[in-house]
Amino acid sequence: MAHPPKNAEKFANPVVQWIDERLPIFTMLIKEYGVFPMPKNCNYLWSFGGIAMTMLGIMIATGILLAMSYTPHNTLAFESVERTMRDINFGWLLRYVHMNGASFFFIAVYIHMARGLYYGSYKKPRELLWIVGVIILLLMMATAFMGYALPWSQMSGWGVTVITNMFSAIPLVGDGLVTWLWGGFAVDNPTLNRFFALHFLLPFVIAGVVFIHVWALHMTGSNNPTGVEPKSSKDTVPFAPYFSTKDSFAMVVYLTIFFAVVFFAPLALTEVDHFRQFDPMQTPPHIVPEWYFLPFYAILRAITFDISIPFTGILIAPAKLLGVMAMFGSIILLMFLPWIDGNAVKSARYRPTYKMMLLFLLVSFFGLMYSGAKPPEGMPLYIGQAGTVYYFGHFIILFFLSRREKTLPVPNSISEDPCVKK
Amino acid sequence: MKKILPLLAAAVLLAAPAFASEGVELDHKKWQHQGVFGTYDKAAVQRGYQVYKEVCSACHAMKFMAYRNLADLGYSEAQVKAMAAEFNVTDINDDGEAYDRPARPSDHFKSPFANDRAARAANGGALPPDLSLVVKARAGGEDYVYSLLTGYVDKPANFELLAGLNYNKYFPGHQIAMAKPLSEGQVTYGDGTTSSVEQMAKDVTQFLAWAGEPHMEQRKGMGIKVMLFMFAFCGIMMASKKKIWAKVH
Repeated sequence: MAHPPKNAEKFANPVVQWIDERLPIFTMLIKEYGVFPMPKNCNYLWSFGGIAMTMLGIMIATGILLAMSYTPHNTLAFESVERTMRDINFGWLLRYVHMNGASFFFIAVYIHMARGLYYGSYKKPRELLWIVGVIILLLMMATAFMGYALPWSQMSGWGVTVITNMFSAIPLVGDGLVTWLWGGFAVDNPTLNRFFALHFLLPFVIAGVVFIHVWALHMTGSNNPTGVEPKSSKDTVPFAPYFSTKDSFAMVVYLTIFFAVVFFAPLALTEVDHFRQFDPMQTPPHIVPEWYFLPFYAILRAITFDISIPFTGILIAPAKLLGVMAMFGSIILLMFLPWIDGNAVKSARYRPTYKMMLLFLLVSFFGLMYSGAKPPEGMPLYIGQAGTVYYFGHFIILFFLSRREKTLPVPNSISEDPCVKK
Repeated sequence: MKKILPLLAAAVLLAAPAFASEGVELDHKKWQHQGVFGTYDKAAVQRGYQVYKEVCSACHAMKFMAYRNLADLGYSEAQVKAMAAEFNVTDINDDGEAYDRPARPSDHFKSPFANDRAARAANGGALPPDLSLVVKARAGGEDYVYSLLTGYVDKPANFELLAGLNYNKYFPGHQIAMAKPLSEGQVTYGDGTTSSVEQMAKDVTQFLAWAGEPHMEQRKGMGIKVMLFMFAFCGIMMASKKKIWAKVH
């Protein structure tokens, strides 16, 4: 057995040195968060990854504390949440931070993803980094959906009913699958129990996948607004103190906005039916998911036609199945983005056509969000359908266009970018 | 990026109406407890409790409220004890037998009916909703509750009203099982306030708003401190960021 060479004395503190020789935590921290080279031109949009991680931490911390006074039973859940709000010291604060924290987690992640789209952060060599990110988004959605069920309000129960019923669209096994998911023949106590168990588990899975995401990031390093990889030490600055202070500043500003909502408008992002106990006999007039699901909900409802073989009446795919496929497809599609976009230029700064396309994508995202909040009829439905067409069209157009797209000259290096001050 | 920001803002504004509530235009009132610095009008909330106790509680439960919560309205411990003792609740004694005793501050508000079925049976099949969270659980909040209570007007001539239901201008569908609950001079306020329908509706609405969000004043008070701290924190972080980056820029 060859022993690894003993580290030269790196740390002045003998305790630190002793630990580091046996478990190089400090060496790792210095490498990844001390001297780690960051492109010096990364703007504040690069802070949202760290902000999202902070939100995950806040969600886990408040979630564990909330779970201590929560009862996952269909007759007691609503009351236990109310008792937490009223009778637990600062229970109202925990719940409002957790409730609004979900929204602010999604806001941070959506901005983080939009930044990735704009500056081409999904491209070689960051394809896996991007794919792991999409997996985090899917896990977040599952977690948020199950968390929404826990207060067992009208919105919880009916939201669960609508979303789990989607799986009944799957041919042959659909109905059996839904019964299996519910743990019975209706959304009931077994459903709530398993949702609670999974809602408690998944955030830790997310934390694990985030670790992989950050690991992959630290292999390739961060992208930057030019999309040109750093060529020399002139292009980069060490993470500490430059980005540790920049990201912390951004994080504090973000948390300020977050706390303004938590303390002064904690119900601004919530539906009123979230304060009525779930009644399986009474459907609310208008079931809507949380705002961060609205664009995908709109895609689900945009498909209003069946596909059948013409003149034979043989149904190939009913509208419901197509809607479900479109909804899941809209996110799965993102995983293929590194290969859909065939242009070697990363940053949209040098891709005027792609920049316009992204603008349309953004407009269709908000259009879909509007559509998802309205009953699926008339104008909102048409907006949802137009948004759906563009959402998928965007990636199809991108596939063909990116391979012959005219781009603007890209600077040789970050330091030579005229936008970067010397 | 800079060119896109205004467009992004426009897109957000366009999407915003999606979250606005729909329906009949409510009778909007100015509520003292709304806004960043708004606090409950304690006198109004106290009067509102009287309206709830003497009128609403005949049919509507408030199961999340306990008599001890009334202490937050400025009543002394002895007063709260006396207020609780006005009600008799059923308890189980050491022999396992049910017996009635005066309510204690730790008891929750006494419900008018033993269960939902009893409530429906006594109210022509309609279930009077629990009012603990009613202001938070209705689109329009305080304005909706106030409008509903004052919205009993004569039905339009061509309106077909089902038997046993009442016309209300603001209730979705305009047919409500609850009969007009408030009438002029129904309660006698201790502080000499004239008990007009509007006054009672206003008071009870503020009571219900307080009941739905009893920690609001604590929340806003803490919020102001948190905001001041965060603003200072932002300033310090901005200054240190600028100082450190001065060498790079």
